[in-house]
Amino acid sequence: MVKEIERAGLPVVHMCTVTPISLTVGANRIVPAIAIPHPLGNPALEFDEEKALRRKLVEKALRALQTEVSEQTVFED
Amino acid sequence: MAKIKVVHYINQFYGGIGGEEKADYKPEVIEGVKGPGMAFKAAFKDEAEIVATIICGDSYFNENMDEAKAAIFEMIKKYEPDLFIAGPAFNAGRYGVAAGAVTEMVQTELGIPALTGMYEENPGADMYKKGVYMVATKNSAVGMKDAVAKMAPLALKLARGEEIGSPEEEGYLERGIRKNYFAEKRGSERAVDMLVKKLAGEEYKTEYSMPTFDRVEPNPPIKDMANAKIAIVTSGGIVPKGNPDHIESSSASKYGKYDIEGIDNLTEETHETAHGGHDPVYANNDPDRVIPVDVLRDMEKEGKIGELHRYYYSTVGNGTAVANAKKFAEAISAELVADGVDAVILTST
Repeated sequence: MVKEIERAGLPVVHMCTVTPISLTVGANRIVPAIAIPHPLGNPALEFDEEKALRRKLVEKALRALQTEVSEQTVFED
Repeated sequence: MAKIKVVHYINQFYGGIGGEEKADYKPEVIEGVKGPGMAFKAAFKDEAEIVATIICGDSYFNENMDEAKAAIFEMIKKYEPDLFIAGPAFNAGRYGVAAGAVTEMVQTELGIPALTGMYEENPGADMYKKGVYMVATKNSAVGMKDAVAKMAPLALKLARGEEIGSPEEEGYLERGIRKNYFAEKRGSERAVDMLVKKLAGEEYKTEYSMPTFDRVEPNPPIKDMANAKIAIVTSGGIVPKGNPDHIESSSASKYGKYDIEGIDNLTEETHETAHGGHDPVYANNDPDRVIPVDVLRDMEKEGKIGELHRYYYSTVGNGTAVANAKKFAEAISAELVADGVDAVILTST
């Protein structure tokens, strides 16, 4: 899906936990997520902490969308 | 000749530990045969014996790949096996990745023959088929008998050091390896035969298939995020409560388009996940854990992004055919472009 969106001309960031799969399917901008059943959250945290964690991940994703890349890139930190 | 000693890798489901609620199960080794190992045992007759079975939760493996691989390696090494088998994993994505990764590790680091089996669209197939023998299976456990019937003889051949035939003969996925052989006809004759068949519209088989590289160049970045319209797309199956479009929990045949105008936060009252194959509790309790509507709404109010697109698109990426996913995304992209969306956040579980 990520590849078809890119092909349509839209920059896209893939937020997922198993980044090797994302690389294999051909995503260009990849942000590693927390866990498979809760990529953008962590149920072990208090609500506020969890939302702050999600905010950080989304900020990273937006940074990825604002970054020029020439090849598949995993935005680690 | 002594019996060939085999170690077998399976996931928590086939190991009888449990379903998704046990997907974070840490690697465990048990003596002897378990689950699908019974079928291999029957197929091996007296030639080989499964001395140990490793069981590991699919989520645990994929979320902790390095630790899981290290632990599993030690478990396998202890048994000094002659042969290693993982799976078959059919179309279970996390299982396929685990089976491929462990098979490759065993082959490289222990230097013993190893093989696995899975459906060709399993993400683990593209990741590992070039490095290891991977038998093509059906997409569900219905194909167990067939998978074992192909995997067991190939495993024995590998363990005995016998010559391995072509992918078609042995039933494994192409590894992209060319092998020299003596042909009866010379190249020019074979090429002309092929051309004649092609012109006649008959089936012909190339001797050198071109690799299929399907990569898309990255698009230029967003320059002005404060005025950009951002859309959410997900394969994590987040849908309005009750799943109005009846998106399937696996092998999805459709996607949904959902209005989030005026919604600042997804809750267990308003939304849920349709995704099967992993524990849905976390997503159901707070769907923002899969699509960050709450955070993007905040950032929209703060002017960090121009606008969160009014609709999000959702399907279930669990065993979904690649051709379907491609079709969904083509349709979704066309709408996003028409709606003036500038960039997309795609989340996957």
